[in-house]
Amino acid sequence: MIWQAFWAVAQRDLLLAWRRKSEGLSAVFFFVVVAALFPLGIGPEMNVLRNIAPGVLWVGALLSSMLALQRLFEADYRDGTLEQMALSPVAMPLLVGAKMLAHWLVSGLPLVLLAPVLGLQFDLSGDALVTLTLALLLGTPILSLVGGVGAALTLGVRGGGVLLSLLVLPLFVPVLVFGAGAVEAQVSGLGVQAHLSILMAMLLPAVFFGPLASAFALRIALE
Amino acid sequence: MLTISNISCVRGHKPLFTPLSFSLQAGQALHLEGDNGVGKTSLLRIICGLSPADSGEVLWNGHALTRQHPEVVEAFRATLCYMGHNLSLKEDLTPIENLLFEAQVAGRSLSHEKGMDALRKMGLNSRAHLPLRVLSQGQKRRTALARLSVTAAKLWVLDEPFVALDAHSLDNLRALLANHVQQGGMLLFTSHQAVELLQTNGHAIEVQPIRLVAA
Repeated sequence: MIWQAFWAVAQRDLLLAWRRKSEGLSAVFFFVVVAALFPLGIGPEMNVLRNIAPGVLWVGALLSSMLALQRLFEADYRDGTLEQMALSPVAMPLLVGAKMLAHWLVSGLPLVLLAPVLGLQFDLSGDALVTLTLALLLGTPILSLVGGVGAALTLGVRGGGVLLSLLVLPLFVPVLVFGAGAVEAQVSGLGVQAHLSILMAMLLPAVFFGPLASAFALRIALE
Repeated sequence: MLTISNISCVRGHKPLFTPLSFSLQAGQALHLEGDNGVGKTSLLRIICGLSPADSGEVLWNGHALTRQHPEVVEAFRATLCYMGHNLSLKEDLTPIENLLFEAQVAGRSLSHEKGMDALRKMGLNSRAHLPLRVLSQGQKRRTALARLSVTAAKLWVLDEPFVALDAHSLDNLRALLANHVQQGGMLLFTSHQAVELLQTNGHAIEVQPIRLVAA
């Protein structure tokens, strides 16, 4: 029963994202545009492009995931679906976790898949592209999980979008530092294991506490 | 049995209604009456556990529904079906998809055939595969009512269920509610219409009024 409800929520959100493609695509399009404009603006100096690539790609991924965060619980809050989730005999953190999984599949995974292609514009080596992909694979779920807590806390608040940015962006800084740091380390010929391990160490508690904290905040929003 | 004991609700430092107590047993229907803004919706949300009460308690089979008794809360939710002002339907899903997903989220299984049958009874069989956003407000409400007819929940808590329905749908709904109560279900609803009897198959089910008085 529990996993049936979990997959039902995830499936429903994926189906809704498929039917409202423009919402999901806008964040991906933003990421592509940001990553494509930088090389055009800076010029064809390869060393400069290689040096700025990790930061540009990670900041782009971070900001584009922020675009999708605001909508994470908003529609469910408006149409009453969130009330039904709160009243379900299935634990609410689990259902919230399913929503976060769907959110990452729609707004995070496309960034992970696109990043190596966009990295080519910055003349990143094959190894650096692999590291970038791995770092984003570990980092973007953290953005969805931690960002989900912020989205839940600001749900129904006037000017919630600005508040969400103020609340969540400082929390994204460690992910940005170690995510971009992993690629920089690879470009500089240093080991990347430490950076990736730290990202993994951030991901694991986020998987556990993110849905729990979000569910708690959502219950407060519903009251 | 659902027992409401001295429940009160405060909004903006002002109590909405005088403390209220009543109980609801199997095979019983209660109609919550009161003027606009007296707190009918707030009371239903308190009973369901969506909002906290400012005083008093809600008991399910004699056990208080509090965070200290999660097993009681879980058992209560498994028997509860709540329909609020928002219908909990997704505009980009079809009526049948809404029914199937909703059942799964509530931890129940519902076959496609049974879902279609419920929609057919509400006169929505030709609309079952259209996105909900192209349906009228009344058809959306009928979709929500079709969801009621397939729920296995024993306790139905409905906020203004008779709104925006045509005469035929109203008859369908009254029969649905009467059937539920006749089969031992529990019904608590708000309505601005006078509802004293619910009729099904020639049987009349008496509806008892509960009056909310502004504090």
